[in-house]
Amino acid sequence: MRQISYSDAIREALTEELRRDEDVFLMGEDIGAYGGAFGVTRGLIDEFGAERVMDTPISEGTTAGAAIGAALEGRRPVVEFMFMDFIALAADQLLNQAAKLRYVFGEQASCPLVIRTPTGGGRCYGPTHSQSLEAWFVHVPGLKVIAPATPYDAKSLLKTAVRDPDPVLFLEHKMLYKQQGQVADDDEHDDCRGILPLGEARIAREGQDITIVAWSGMTREAEKAAEELEKSDVEAEVVDMRTLSPMDTETLLASVRKTGCVLIVQEAPRTGGVGGEISARISENIYEYLDAPVRRLASPDVPFPASPVLEERMIPDKNRIVEVAVEMLEEGI
Amino acid sequence: MDENVEYYRQMLLIRLFEQRVEQLFTEGVIRGTMHPCTGQEAVAVGVMAALSPSDYITSTHRGHGHFLARGGDPRLMMAELFGKKTGYSGGRGGSQLMGDYSLGFLGGNGITGGSIPVATGVGLSLKRRQQDAVAVCFFGDGASNQGTFHESLNMAGLWDLPVLYVCENNAYAMSTPVHQALSIENVADRAGAYGFPGVSVDGNDVSAVRKAVVEARARACRGKGPSLIECKTYRLSGHSRGDQRRYRSAEEEQKAWQQDPIRRFREKLESEGFMDPDGTDQLQHEVQQQLEQAEQFARESSFPDPDDLEKGLYATDQL
Ligand SMILES: Cc1ncc(C[n+]2csc(CCOP(=O)(O)OP(=O)(O)O)c2C)c(N)n1
Ligand SMILES: [Mg+2]
Repeated sequence: MRQISYSDAIREALTEELRRDEDVFLMGEDIGAYGGAFGVTRGLIDEFGAERVMDTPISEGTTAGAAIGAALEGRRPVVEFMFMDFIALAADQLLNQAAKLRYVFGEQASCPLVIRTPTGGGRCYGPTHSQSLEAWFVHVPGLKVIAPATPYDAKSLLKTAVRDPDPVLFLEHKMLYKQQGQVADDDEHDDCRGILPLGEARIAREGQDITIVAWSGMTREAEKAAEELEKSDVEAEVVDMRTLSPMDTETLLASVRKTGCVLIVQEAPRTGGVGGEISARISENIYEYLDAPVRRLASPDVPFPASPVLEERMIPDKNRIVEVAVEMLEEGI
Repeated sequence: MDENVEYYRQMLLIRLFEQRVEQLFTEGVIRGTMHPCTGQEAVAVGVMAALSPSDYITSTHRGHGHFLARGGDPRLMMAELFGKKTGYSGGRGGSQLMGDYSLGFLGGNGITGGSIPVATGVGLSLKRRQQDAVAVCFFGDGASNQGTFHESLNMAGLWDLPVLYVCENNAYAMSTPVHQALSIENVADRAGAYGFPGVSVDGNDVSAVRKAVVEARARACRGKGPSLIECKTYRLSGHSRGDQRRYRSAEEEQKAWQQDPIRRFREKLESEGFMDPDGTDQLQHEVQQQLEQAEQFARESSFPDPDDLEKGLYATDQL
């Protein structure tokens, strides 16, 4: 298989879906000639034209709403929001409109909409350009939320998202865009090559001593931590959730049954995060398997500061994961 | 000193500040990103020249010029950009989020259109107090396509609020030319839909900007309500650090440089005898020195203590 970057993988998925289905089209700010703030859609306008790679005015609320309308009329819009922070302006359309349509209006209302947007810190972009707001949307019944950590998953899951009949939020981590990895090739004879179902977690690394649960940008840190732990003979299992909604509880529980010890790593602030939901699912279902209380590593409950020294303290990293994992294992024994 | 010379000095300060900061970003000394206001100095200086100390200002992501023209201290601004503790926001806000409430400068904004309702609310409060003061709201052509813009103008028109909506139409929102994002040609014409005056002025002419704001301010203080002032200008720099500007031609930029507000103003001042070339050089030298000191201050300042990261979120736990 070929090695490409996470952002190239996303572009490939978009390209292949745009080629496959005439109804697929893209909307977003500066996604045409400019190629998007992170260059993800670069070049697409040359192949597909300005009607299928549409630059919009800076109007996130109505862009989301217009995409919903186009989806109801049978098209498959893929919207880019430049930073996830800006999704706040579209929140009404997503949670009060898109998420409720099928449940209320039944089969007649299909809203195959994808919202792509970059999340996360690490670039000193400050309080309004660094947030990971996935928990808001995981909390909304009727929306699906994907947060891939590898080029392979980014490409495969985005293709799945585009084909999904319901609204899907697709979260891309800014610090992953340059990461290289293998991807599935397009196959003109097999439409479903490299397509992954939503709602399946991935065991990024196997181990029996402790389960580290992560998604998006934190998966890489968890894997690095696992490598580090291996040096002191600790076998950590890394579970990459990949889709946060629907959530793959089974894979999660199976891992924790095996290890008896679980650390959840989330980049978003601690309180009200997805990590809390994961923790609850474990305690509710397999409390008796736990050798130690479930622990969470997360950003503290403050806005994302701009200064590099503060940002560094903010985001959980490999070292802190190792530290907490070792602590937990010592307590558990 | 003649006030025009002072305006020139401020414009120069803004230009050189942005140039230096861009350089420091390129060198990796400053991290994150920035949005230079190169080419738009006459708007910032012209607006501030028409205001009184009791007025309030909300700014944008492209706000260094507004802040400097309002009297922001280049040392504290530079320190903020460096992420230092001595910066305006203690390193927490960075380029887009610095302010000084003692100057009535409520800060920049990371959200396009995010400050327009806030300025409207400041106007609401000022009106109740019946003070001789206005709220001034800076925003771009791109921001005028946000719902917040239209909702704010309606409210301000409805309640006759003392708010001056100052649109810096710099021909682009990031890579998108104005005509590809607006359904009409002039942002100013949108005021008509909300029942108050809108004017378009040459945003590269500091005197024209000042005059328009003086009139709008007087009107607002007479209780006649808001105005929309569209300053037509051009963003001579890229949108942000690292913008290759592939979406426009070198010819277009060269043409725009011929309208450089600073050069135009200097030529005017020299031809009218307010300044001579020696005086201009001397000013430039002074401004450069001021900026060197600002940079040195920023370099020598310490970073915030990471242990204080969680302090200051609520009033009960001040940093
Ligand atoms: C809600 C929101 N959408 C998008 C952005 C990204 N963004 C930052 S500045 C900008 C362009 C703004 O254009 P304009 O209002 O004309 O101001 P200018 O940059 O030209 O000064 C964009 C799209 C943002 N910061 N906030
Ligand atoms: Mg603009």
